[in-house]
Amino acid sequence: MKYFPLIWATLWRKKTRTVFTLLSIVIAFLLFGVLETIDHAFSHPSGGVTGADKLVTTNKYSITLSLPFADAQQIRSVPGVAEATWISWFGGYYQEPKNFVFALPVDTDSYFNLHKGEFVVSDEHMQAYRNTRTGALANSALLKKFGWKIGDKIPLHSTIWTRKDDGSLDWTFDIVGSFSAKDPTQAGAQATTLLFHYELFDEGRSFGKGSVGWFEERVNDASQSAAISSRIDALFANSPNETKTQPANDFAMAFIKQLGDIGFVLRAILGAVFFTLLFLTGNTMMQSVRERIPELAVLKTLGFGDGRVLRLVLAESLLLCVIAAIIGLALSYAMLPIIKIALQGVELTPSALIPGIGVAVLLALIVGAAPALRAMRLNIVDALADKR
Amino acid sequence: MSDQSNHTLVNVDGVEKMFHRGSEDIHVLADLHLKVPKGEFLALMGPSGSEKTTLLNMIAAIDRPTSGELLVMNENIFRFNDSQSARWRNEHVGYVFQTFNLIPVLTAFENVELPLLLTHLSASQRKTNTMAALTLVGIADRAKHKPNELSGGQAQRVAIARALVADPMLLVCDEPTGDLDRKSADDVLHLLQVLNREHGKSIVMVTHDPKAADFASRVLHMDKGALLEAGTRLQD
Repeated sequence: MKYFPLIWATLWRKKTRTVFTLLSIVIAFLLFGVLETIDHAFSHPSGGVTGADKLVTTNKYSITLSLPFADAQQIRSVPGVAEATWISWFGGYYQEPKNFVFALPVDTDSYFNLHKGEFVVSDEHMQAYRNTRTGALANSALLKKFGWKIGDKIPLHSTIWTRKDDGSLDWTFDIVGSFSAKDPTQAGAQATTLLFHYELFDEGRSFGKGSVGWFEERVNDASQSAAISSRIDALFANSPNETKTQPANDFAMAFIKQLGDIGFVLRAILGAVFFTLLFLTGNTMMQSVRERIPELAVLKTLGFGDGRVLRLVLAESLLLCVIAAIIGLALSYAMLPIIKIALQGVELTPSALIPGIGVAVLLALIVGAAPALRAMRLNIVDALADKR
Repeated sequence: MSDQSNHTLVNVDGVEKMFHRGSEDIHVLADLHLKVPKGEFLALMGPSGSEKTTLLNMIAAIDRPTSGELLVMNENIFRFNDSQSARWRNEHVGYVFQTFNLIPVLTAFENVELPLLLTHLSASQRKTNTMAALTLVGIADRAKHKPNELSGGQAQRVAIARALVADPMLLVCDEPTGDLDRKSADDVLHLLQVLNREHGKSIVMVTHDPKAADFASRVLHMDKGALLEAGTRLQD
């Protein structure tokens, strides 16, 4: 700590240069924070079905191809399957495409039985839902977001399913109740969820009647998941609708990867940013050391050893990079709510920002190494010769 | 140990310095012999290129000879490795430069405190010692000023305070008045004289200025890397 005033004062020797360098690192770490959080969110999905005892069965060839509803009975008959339910992708939004709603047509009994303990919904609201054919249960966050109230009739626009009666893509639901996530960590994942009756959906759509998007199963013994998956898939082997059963989290990953390898794209962007930053900051540090070679020689004359001079320059680099990283990561943390809105349904976690400090330290050591070594190897007499 | 060696602070014995330029060897110091007793204020005079500063740098342990021995306080300082040399300089040598060489981003106080950062002194002890050094050179009231807010004479006083703060036995001064006007130069030289006479600091000073040399207790002349006979003055 006793060297801090020296390091700090040296860092701010050329204020404009330091501010611009700091800003460039701040921007890089802001980008790092945002992209890393998004990458983390996509590679650790927690939305929808979760838990080791949950399986998802989709069409073997693509999750966009449907499966016959009738498969449900056969899946339920597989030993070890405690419950099975079926769902389809509705692809809905409210008024504008940016107002994404994770609307799911579900079979009430089997869905809530399978997801027992995951939702908090009052008996009154559940009963109202059961009694209302056009009823929908919306997450309380969704109600708040769009200002919906119990009793409201709300239109949702499907991007896929046309209605049988008028050919439109607009579906109307009665909000009869709300629910929230029992596990607070799932709150974000469920924030845009709206559940409505599968019967209404199946009877109302103009095509695809009797088909489902995918099945979800809960097994009695999670350790038997692999064997049960094989048994389910064996049931439909060589049929027109072969299946692929996998753990629920793997399904969520596969769903996300339809968008492309997000992780690779994000890492490529970050790689380019940090590669540029290495040269920019490295050059600045090198220039800074070059400008004060006589001063470093004076420090050595006063008794600062080679190792200490090396550490001083590295500390300066560390201070610059870590301060900038903290500012950048703090800004990206502040932006989380905005990103959350942009990526509706994706849960973001600040823990993804922690590796940023490690990256900052690594960056500092890399960019500080060359100037620090130069300072360390400085010959006092030669360095002073220019400024005696 | 003889009385004489106890009395001698610096003993330069057969020191040579040679540079290689391509295939050519250039001898800049040849078989140099010099004794500086404790408590002496020695002025080394000579024209540019006489290698006064080369000798001074060796005495200050920031340069090494090609051959010969140089004992300071009976220690052969050229047996030290780089780290030991650094520690030696910090504890035993105060260096005063012609151009002050203060760190421009630090205040006078922080500049003077620098050598003490390398010691085990606490922050309050460092503060006490730093202020004592600044007071000794008569510049305590400028402690919070940066070098660009000081006159040349004031800056050199700060530099002297920095050289003194770790209480070294030996002060080496390389043209300490070279960048000062006559009055400031006389003030600085008077200060060095006080430090020598009243505080027992041994001083080796390189200078071009005969008036500066008049403040010293002994004057030696160098030319072309050799010490001239005591009392011999070059005709410039």
